[in-house]
Amino acid sequence: MRLNCPLCGDRDLREFTYYGASVYADRPEGGWSEAWDDLLHLRDNPAGETNDLWYHELGCSAWIEVSRNTVTHAISDTRLLAERKPAAKGAKA
Amino acid sequence: MRIEGKGLVDRSTPVGFRFDGRDYTGFQGDTLASALLASGVRVMGRSFKYHRPRGVMTAGSEEPNALVTVGRGAGQVPNVRATVQEIHSGLDARGQNAWPSVRFDVMEVNDLFAPFLSAGFYYKTFMWPRKFWESLYEPAIRRAAGLGALSRQHNDEHYEKAYAFCDLLVIGSGPAGLMAALTAGRAGADVILAEEDARMGGRLLAESHEVAGQSGADWAAGVVAELASMPNVRLMTRTTVTGAYDGGTFGALERVGLHLARPPMDLPRECFWRIVAKRAILAAGAHERPIAFANNDRPGVMMAGAVRAYVNRWGVAPGQTVAVFGNNDDAHRTVSDLGAAGIKVSALIDVREDAVAPKGVTLHAGARLVDAVGRNGLREVIVADRDGKIARIPCDCLAMSGGWNPVLHLTCHMNGRPVWREDIATFVPKPGMVPGLTVAGAANGTYSTYGCMKEGAEAASVALSELGRAQPKVDLPEAEDGAIRLRAYWEVPEPKHRAWLDFANDVTTKDVRLAAQENFRSVEHMKRYTTQGMAPDQGKSSNVAALAVLADATGRGIPETGITTFRPPYVPISVAALGAGGQGKGLAPERLTTSHQASVARGAPMIEAGLWYRPSYFPRPGEKTWRESCDREVRMVRERVGVCDVSTLGKIDIQGADAGRFLDFVYTNTFSTLKPGRVRYGLMLREDGIVMDDGTTACLGEGHYLMTTTTAAAGQVMRHLDFVAQAHCPGWDVHTISVTEQWAQFAIAGPLGRELLNTLLESPIDDAAIPFLGCGKVRVMGIEARLFRISFSGELGFEIAVPARYGAALYRDLVARAESLGGGAYGMEALNVLRIEKGFITHAEIHGRVTAFDIGLQGMVSAKKDCIGKAASERPGLTGQEREQLVGLKPVPASKPIGAGAHLFDEGAEPVRVNDQGYVTSVCWSPTLNTHLGLAFLKNGRARHATRVRLVDHLRGADVVCEVVHPVFFDAEGGRARG
Repeated sequence: MRLNCPLCGDRDLREFTYYGASVYADRPEGGWSEAWDDLLHLRDNPAGETNDLWYHELGCSAWIEVSRNTVTHAISDTRLLAERKPAAKGAKA
Repeated sequence: MRIEGKGLVDRSTPVGFRFDGRDYTGFQGDTLASALLASGVRVMGRSFKYHRPRGVMTAGSEEPNALVTVGRGAGQVPNVRATVQEIHSGLDARGQNAWPSVRFDVMEVNDLFAPFLSAGFYYKTFMWPRKFWESLYEPAIRRAAGLGALSRQHNDEHYEKAYAFCDLLVIGSGPAGLMAALTAGRAGADVILAEEDARMGGRLLAESHEVAGQSGADWAAGVVAELASMPNVRLMTRTTVTGAYDGGTFGALERVGLHLARPPMDLPRECFWRIVAKRAILAAGAHERPIAFANNDRPGVMMAGAVRAYVNRWGVAPGQTVAVFGNNDDAHRTVSDLGAAGIKVSALIDVREDAVAPKGVTLHAGARLVDAVGRNGLREVIVADRDGKIARIPCDCLAMSGGWNPVLHLTCHMNGRPVWREDIATFVPKPGMVPGLTVAGAANGTYSTYGCMKEGAEAASVALSELGRAQPKVDLPEAEDGAIRLRAYWEVPEPKHRAWLDFANDVTTKDVRLAAQENFRSVEHMKRYTTQGMAPDQGKSSNVAALAVLADATGRGIPETGITTFRPPYVPISVAALGAGGQGKGLAPERLTTSHQASVARGAPMIEAGLWYRPSYFPRPGEKTWRESCDREVRMVRERVGVCDVSTLGKIDIQGADAGRFLDFVYTNTFSTLKPGRVRYGLMLREDGIVMDDGTTACLGEGHYLMTTTTAAAGQVMRHLDFVAQAHCPGWDVHTISVTEQWAQFAIAGPLGRELLNTLLESPIDDAAIPFLGCGKVRVMGIEARLFRISFSGELGFEIAVPARYGAALYRDLVARAESLGGGAYGMEALNVLRIEKGFITHAEIHGRVTAFDIGLQGMVSAKKDCIGKAASERPGLTGQEREQLVGLKPVPASKPIGAGAHLFDEGAEPVRVNDQGYVTSVCWSPTLNTHLGLAFLKNGRARHATRVRLVDHLRGADVVCEVVHPVFFDAEGGRARG
């Protein structure tokens, strides 16, 4: 399997660490709520298109969101997590 | 027997080798199988279950019978196909699955019990008594089962793995593969041409057809010479492509040194390649398939294509009198090739009634082959003509052809399913089964030489245009272009004896019919019930015939019956090649600190900490146990001064205008208020509210921080910081990088710590210069160093960090100076005692299930700001008196040892699980307090100080009453570290 790192180009699977569905990057605001429960514990297991997180640990340290199909294994898109939704991002410090 | 004037072997170079303890001679270019055939050896193996004598059947890697063991000792390799192994001087091969030899095997008795050994006999026979299974049946079956055996010794022979990239990978170098490579090569594309055989050319080497007016082998040699002259083409012989994977990745096994008598020292035996190709063309040819008839496994019964290969390529006559049996025109081609080689053909048995007799050969058209006679070598075959007349045909070799199965295995590796083609009675691949891979030639069901070449060139043209390259004009040479005429014919009906389908696993037509009769009608069930196709050859030549028999037995068509799933690898791969580089320390490389040599020189036993090695303790003369050394080192730190390498702790450099704000977000407590020159202890949570790690972070300057992590969690924390920065803080000015390897860092702990430092610092320091939890730059031995006033021992403590290249020198000097002050080096054991006495936690305590509340640090979760894990840490159940909380334990009496992992119970309660009150995480003997100590998690523990609990360790047999105390046993006010 090959992943296209937006910074390094096409790289072998073994350079990356898998981290699961990319909804984990959508952090709710505020204190404990149902939304937090969803974030931590509830994951879809789709047969088809899915977005998940990969860390280019043996490369440039970029976190990458990968769109791939769990049925065909086709990878349709990869993008930097940091550039995913610039408007919606930014944690409250 | 050799045929004069035939073959591509080098007759001027004889090669001696051994088989089953006897010496033989072949020629350069021979395989073990061709050389043994030439020497008249007919029995090369014994079958799996019935131990029947078996001869070679094929001339390629699909060979089911001639499996041998090569080499001796640690490096011996079982189940090597004699058709693939090239001979070389010193080759020592022997038959297997037989005792004492394949010529005479006492296990042949199994064949007499054949009626009891049908499909599923294990399940039916060894059912009762039930307890006999483990004690008797299974061990006995395991002894009898299996083919070759491993040596069970450690093999340190050299294997390698390698990576390659190309525009176009061409798999197979027959007419289709050569034309594909030539077309793409001339276009300037980066091409890899992988060929399983030692020589390029595929069937061109084995057939007598002419190509462009020359022999097929000569034409192939010309093309290969042109390809070899192209810098953009890589030719890989002895390389089998074994699997197709996602993203245009292919696995390939190269036999690098297995054909050499004395391979150079640095040459690996095998190399496992991972080839990434933008496009690929599968031109792997086809396997000829046998026909099932009674006793069709007799030594001497061979595939017709293999017979032609032995005659034309190796100049070997597989028999003196050959009969030919087939359902297609290749049988006729075989008759003419044998005639041209001067080998007597005793009869042609063609199952087609309308077959036309070739010149000078008796034809039995529409006849049935009812039996093959000759246990250790074929003597005759018995044929029933259409009119029922029985003919006994003398022959010591039978060349059979049931048609061809395209080698489409790779196309199925990503779950693609082939389609049935009625006209050639076989499965062929359909387009798009593996993205980027097209199939050409016989692998695609196109069998004529010209057709293969045309398809190969066309496939390359398509690939080139997809790659955006111009397509050169490549003229196709003149070559044979006959249509294949074939009548589907899988088995001779109603055989009087067993008729084999899977020769390697001893599966007969009877077994498949029995499976169908017992309702294992699905092809996958039949496979598992009969073991059809599960031998080392993976049913390469037998699968299609087996499912045809199943289709017949279940009254279905072959397409509805379906085909079993082909999975990688296409040929067996040695684990040594797959895992090359991963043996021994390759699996877990050693990370060594700069003080490693000095520690070893002092006799310190080194212990693993992840991949790191750290000194356990430093024994001195007269000290007999680790405890004596450890106790001395603890006293040394408490009374004088000790030195310890702490470089293995993770160090992360964090910079940027938003670095302070970022630390506020990843730590529970506030760091943005930390001033340059100050250090703070921080606690880090996971997003689910559980403690991830702890450590100190120093502010080295405005917007510049140095975080330390525990040794164990260094990688995890780095990954976490990158995630938080990129997922939650995009656009912030914050940059993180690991500098663990770049700095050597040593702890200097004890009342004389500052005195020791001042003997080597260029400008001495005092408490005002570097106060408790302060940091700054110092100069030591002419270089700049970082000094931190932090303590993991509770004593006056410093950590000094220098660029790693100075670490070894500084450590030796520090230890020598410490010794002159009555101190010295201390190891992990003493470090652990010192921190337990102070109640400092490690990952023994923050083991992934505890919260900040559990370790009593809930006050460190700032109420004024958000942080990772804060919301989840407020969940019900993560705080409160039902939680197990960190406490200290002192056994009563103090001399009673306690162990980590023991569980805690109320005094008087029965020590069973339902009464469990907590567990012990860390223990030590404290030479400072003269007592055993423990850190533990105890339900509602902070409210239970000064009470007693019962500590029980069922594993080690301990049962001790302990007093619950505050986890900081020593110097609770912390005056010593501040002093």
